[in-house]
Amino acid sequence: MLKIKDLHATINGKEILKGIHLEIKPGEVHAIMGPNGSGKSTLSSVLAGREEYEVTKGTVEFNGKNILDLSPEDRAREGIFLAFQYPIEIPGVSNINFLKTAINETRAYQGKEPISAKEFLAMVKEKSALVELDSKLANRSVNEGFSGGEKKRNEIFQMAMLNPKLAILDETDSGLDIDALRIVASGVNKLKTPKNATVVITHYQRLLDYIVPDFVHVLYNGKIVKTGTKELALELEEKGYDWIKNDTINA
Amino acid sequence: MTTTELSKKDKFLSVFSSQDYSDEENYYISLRTQAKEELKNLDFPTSKNEYWKYTRLGKISNSDFCLGKQESIDINSFLIPDLDATVLVVVNGYLDESLSSKIQQNGVTVCSLSHAKKTNQDSFSKRFNKNTASKNELFLTINNAFHSDGIFIEIDRNHIAEKPFHILNITTSNQSATISRNVFISQPNSKLKIVESFVNLNGEANFQNHVSEIFVEENAHLEYNKIQEKSNNNFSVTTEQVQQKANSNFTINTATFSGALVRNNLNVEIEAENCETHLYGLYLAKNKDHIDNHTVIDHKEPHCNSFEVYKGVLEDESTGVFNGKVFVRPNAQKTNAFQQNNNILLNDTATIYSKPELEIYADDVKCSHGSTTGQIDDVAIFYLQSRGIGKQSALKLMISAFAKDALDKISIEPLHDFINLKIEQRFE
Ligand SMILES: Nc1ncnc2c1ncn2[C@@H]1O[C@H](COP(=O)(O)OP(=O)(O)OP(=O)(O)O)[C@@H](O)[C@H]1O
Ligand SMILES: [Mg+2]
Repeated sequence: MLKIKDLHATINGKEILKGIHLEIKPGEVHAIMGPNGSGKSTLSSVLAGREEYEVTKGTVEFNGKNILDLSPEDRAREGIFLAFQYPIEIPGVSNINFLKTAINETRAYQGKEPISAKEFLAMVKEKSALVELDSKLANRSVNEGFSGGEKKRNEIFQMAMLNPKLAILDETDSGLDIDALRIVASGVNKLKTPKNATVVITHYQRLLDYIVPDFVHVLYNGKIVKTGTKELALELEEKGYDWIKNDTINA
Repeated sequence: MTTTELSKKDKFLSVFSSQDYSDEENYYISLRTQAKEELKNLDFPTSKNEYWKYTRLGKISNSDFCLGKQESIDINSFLIPDLDATVLVVVNGYLDESLSSKIQQNGVTVCSLSHAKKTNQDSFSKRFNKNTASKNELFLTINNAFHSDGIFIEIDRNHIAEKPFHILNITTSNQSATISRNVFISQPNSKLKIVESFVNLNGEANFQNHVSEIFVEENAHLEYNKIQEKSNNNFSVTTEQVQQKANSNFTINTATFSGALVRNNLNVEIEAENCETHLYGLYLAKNKDHIDNHTVIDHKEPHCNSFEVYKGVLEDESTGVFNGKVFVRPNAQKTNAFQQNNNILLNDTATIYSKPELEIYADDVKCSHGSTTGQIDDVAIFYLQSRGIGKQSALKLMISAFAKDALDKISIEPLHDFINLKIEQRFE
C-alpha cells in the first residue's frame, strides 16, 4: 500500500529525514516510536504533503502512485489521513460544514455524487457515537475551545467520517485520560479492516496494549534504526532510548 | 465686470440650492442658515487634515452631481428574506410612503423627518441638530444645511417594539447627490431594533451624505444595523451621532460590502453611568474600493463598558482605513474599553491603514486595543487540505469564517443569515 524508499526531507535547509525506508501492507498496524525531535511528525507531515518541507531524495508510492507530486488535498482524496499531533483551531468554520465539504470534494475526485443530507447526518450520528464525541462538539467551530482530549477525539471522528485507506495517528494518545484513551483506541480498532492500514506514532507502550501493532519501528535522528514486533515497545519502555542510541553509535 | 470662478465646494453646494425648505418652520430654517454660515469657513479637507489623512476626496470634489430623479422602483430585490419588519423606503433622500409599510407599531412614532419638524413635538425639537451643530466638519455641516428628508423613529417609554424597522435607503440616477438624515429616539426602558440598507438603483457614481442622530435614553436598548451595499463607483459619507444616557445599551453593526469611497464617522458620547456600547464592523473591499471607518467612543462617566471589533478583508487594489478613538475622561473611572481591528489582505496591492487611539485620563480603568493585519493562516489551510478540501475552497472557508465572526452579534436571525450568505457569495 505504502512504499517509502530512501526518503530525505529538509525544512529551512535543515535535513530532518535522512533516508527512511518503510513498507506498509493493507491490514497492518505499524507503530513508530522515537525520542523527541527525531522526525516522527516531520515524516507524517511530509506524507500528508505539507509544503514547508522539501523532499530532497527518495520516493513515496501509495497504491502504486507516486504521491510526492500530489497536492495535500489529492493525497487525502487518495485515502491518506493524518491525525495531527497538535490539531488546529479554526474559528468560524463548523466541524460539520467542513467535513461535508471534505467528503463532497473527495467524492467529486472519485467521480461520485455528493452525499445526501440525510446520509450525511446519519453518518455524523454514527461516527460521533463511535468516539463518544458530544454531538454539540460536532456542530461547533473546528477545535475552537476544545479541550486537549476533545481535539484528539475530534481527529478520530474526522478519520471515521473520511474512512481513509491509510491513517497516520501522530501522538493521538498524548493528552488523553485513561478512559479517553480506551475510547479512542477502540474507535480506531473498530475502523480497522483487512483493506486499510494504520500508523500510530506514540511515546507510550500503553496505547499499544489497545491498538496492537504488527510492527514497531524506532525513528532516531531521521532514520528508522530498529524494527521489531510489539515486544520491542516493551523493551523500549523498560530500557529507554539510550540503549538504541548507543547501539546506533556503535554500529 | 469681473466674475469669480466658483470654488469646488461652492460648485458642489450649488447642486442643492434648488431644494425648497420654505414650508419648514422658522426655527428649522434658522438652523440651516446657521450651518450655511459655517460652511463659508469650511472646505473639502485635504490629506493634511489628520482626520482625512488617508481618504482623498478628489473623486467627490471634482465630480458634477445632480439631484436624483424619480423612478419607479420595485423594492422586492432589496428586502431581506424572511425578515418580518416594518419597511420604510427612502428614495433619493425622501420618504416614499407608497412603498412603505402602512401598519403602525404600538408605542412607536414613525414618520418622515419633515413631518416630525411640522408636528414639532418637544422630544424631537429639543434633540434635533443638537449634537451635530457647529462641529467644524464639512460633511456634517453640509448635512445640517441641506438635508432633504429621512426617517424619524421614537419609541415610547417602557415599550418593546414588536418587530424591527427596516429602512431601505435607495438612491437612483447617474451622478446623483443625496443628503438624507434620520433621528432615532429610544425613550427610557424601551427596546428597539433598526436595520438600514443603503442601496442604489440604475445609477453610477452616486454621492450620499447621510446622518443619523441617535438618542438612547436611560435603560433603553437600541440595536442599529447598517448595511452598505451600493454597487461600485458610489461615494458615501455617513455619520452616526450617538448619545447614551444612564444604564443604556447601544449596539451598531456596520457591514460595508463595497464602495468607491465610503467614509463612516461613528461618534458615541457616553454621558452617564453603567452604559454598554457595542460597535461591530465588517468591510469587504475589492477593485479600487476605499472604505474608511472612523469611530470615536467618548467615555465621560464611570462604570461603562465599550466593545469594539472591526474586521476587514481587502482584495485587489482596495484600501481600508480604520481609526478608532477611545476617550476616557478623568471622571470615567472603572471604564472597560476593548477595541480590536483585524484585517486580511488577499493581495500585495491591497492596503490597510489601521490606527487605534486611546486617550485615557482616568487611572482606574481597563482598556485594551489590538490591531492585526495578516494573510490567512497557512497551517489552518493545510489542515483543511489534509482532509481533502482543495486549497481554493479552504481559503474561501477561512475568509468567510473570519468575516462572519465580525457581525456574529447581530440579534436579528434573518439579517444574520442574510449577511452570512452575502459573505459566502462574495468569496465563492
Ligand atoms: N520549521 C522548522 N525549522 C527548523 N527545524 C524544524 C522546523 N520544524 C521542525 N524542526 C526540527 O525538526 C526536528 C524533528 O521535529 P519533529 O516534530 O518531526 O519531531 P518529533 O519526532 O515529532 O518529536 P516529538 O516527539 O517531540 O513530537 C526537530 O529537531 C525540530 O526542531
Ligand atoms: Mg511529533
